[in-house]
Amino acid sequence: MKITLEVNGQTRQADVEARTLLADLLRDEFGLTGTHVGCDTSQCGCCTVLLDGAAVKSCSLLAAQAQGCKVTTIEGLAPSGAGGTTLHPVQAAFTECHALQCGFCTPGMVMATVSLLKFHPKPSDADIAEGLSGNLCRCTGYLNIAKAVRQAATAMASTEGANA
Amino acid sequence: MRITQNGSPIPEAATVKPLQYHLAPSIAYAQSALAQDPEARLLGGGMTLIPALKHRLSSPSQLLDISRLAELRRIEVTPSHVYVGAGMRHAEVAASAPLAKAIPALAQLAGGIGDPQVRARGTLGGSIANNDPAADYPAALLALKAVVVTQQRELAAEDFFQGMFTTALRADEIVTGVKFAIPKKSAYAKFRHPASGFAMTGVYMADFGGGDFRVAVTGAASSVCRWSAAEAACKQGATTAVLEHDGLLADIHAPAAYRAQLATLMFEQALRTLV
Repeated sequence: MKITLEVNGQTRQADVEARTLLADLLRDEFGLTGTHVGCDTSQCGCCTVLLDGAAVKSCSLLAAQAQGCKVTTIEGLAPSGAGGTTLHPVQAAFTECHALQCGFCTPGMVMATVSLLKFHPKPSDADIAEGLSGNLCRCTGYLNIAKAVRQAATAMASTEGANA
Repeated sequence: MRITQNGSPIPEAATVKPLQYHLAPSIAYAQSALAQDPEARLLGGGMTLIPALKHRLSSPSQLLDISRLAELRRIEVTPSHVYVGAGMRHAEVAASAPLAKAIPALAQLAGGIGDPQVRARGTLGGSIANNDPAADYPAALLALKAVVVTQQRELAAEDFFQGMFTTALRADEIVTGVKFAIPKKSAYAKFRHPASGFAMTGVYMADFGGGDFRVAVTGAASSVCRWSAAEAACKQGATTAVLEHDGLLADIHAPAAYRAQLATLMFEQALRTLV
């Protein structure tokens, strides 16, 4: 079946089997391998992308369900045309706070954080724990991830203040 | 073909069996397709169905996606009732200000289902039609004297839920919404399974005034059920209640007696947090 969706700001078309998962469309057809498939059973959240702005697990969605929707992957977060040198504030905070070790869960953590901060611009510790409850990290113990979320929230609030 | 991270193919049996997908343009279209094809399945948010397809626990011929139908996507609050369309996602129910004002505990329940990614997709209709014995919504339906509305009829929640993963829905019947009665106060307390977020045991308590209490338990037995001893305890002003553990679920997660103890604790927590 033919589907059309917007991926990272670009209209993309694909001819896929109806059973194709969104994660597989992004990785295998579009080459967006930043979206990781970890558990493949909806638990680890590594495959998290934004669908019309909200975090979803792309291994638990058919590509067909994203017909006409806007999908944002980790590759689409940084400002376009930055030449790979500018990071999204959440990516920058994860880097600065050493919020990753092996890095496998990181794209999903970053996407879940972007969604979390959209709904909770000033998250409490409980908001952070709840907001990232769909994402598992087997390395860090989460302390530096939570620190990165707080730092990103502060950075994004000051950027918005400067733009206002 | 699906490939793994290192480039090797994933075995065919580990993927979804070939099927057709149709975005249903109307309830009538979906009903007609269900009537003609017994192997067709409705698709809401897919939070249970898609993983089941991947494990080949379910292999339908076609999926009828009803999650975008406008008629299933509304919340209405009247002085006596809250109507929630079957296509409303858990995050939307949790974020509805009019709903939260009318029945705060129902909004809290929706905001505590699974994790944020699940709540962004999962729907009320999908949850109750699946009737997982540990799902949260069924307890709210029983305690809030809910009426399940389909395109064919209206069913009291007690007649709708019939057992583990079983409902009174006919083969071509589609849940279109749920009408909840607004109580004076209510509360939902659950002990979350630490990995899945499902209720190890959850208790929804509703006080309709004049000694009319409804208490329902999920996660403890093979299906959601009303807890008559707890309703009697509320009426008598007691501060605790005991759930007989004969016949309760016993599995890898917890024995029956543990779930009975959780029920008592969740009852007490619900009683303390009525809003």
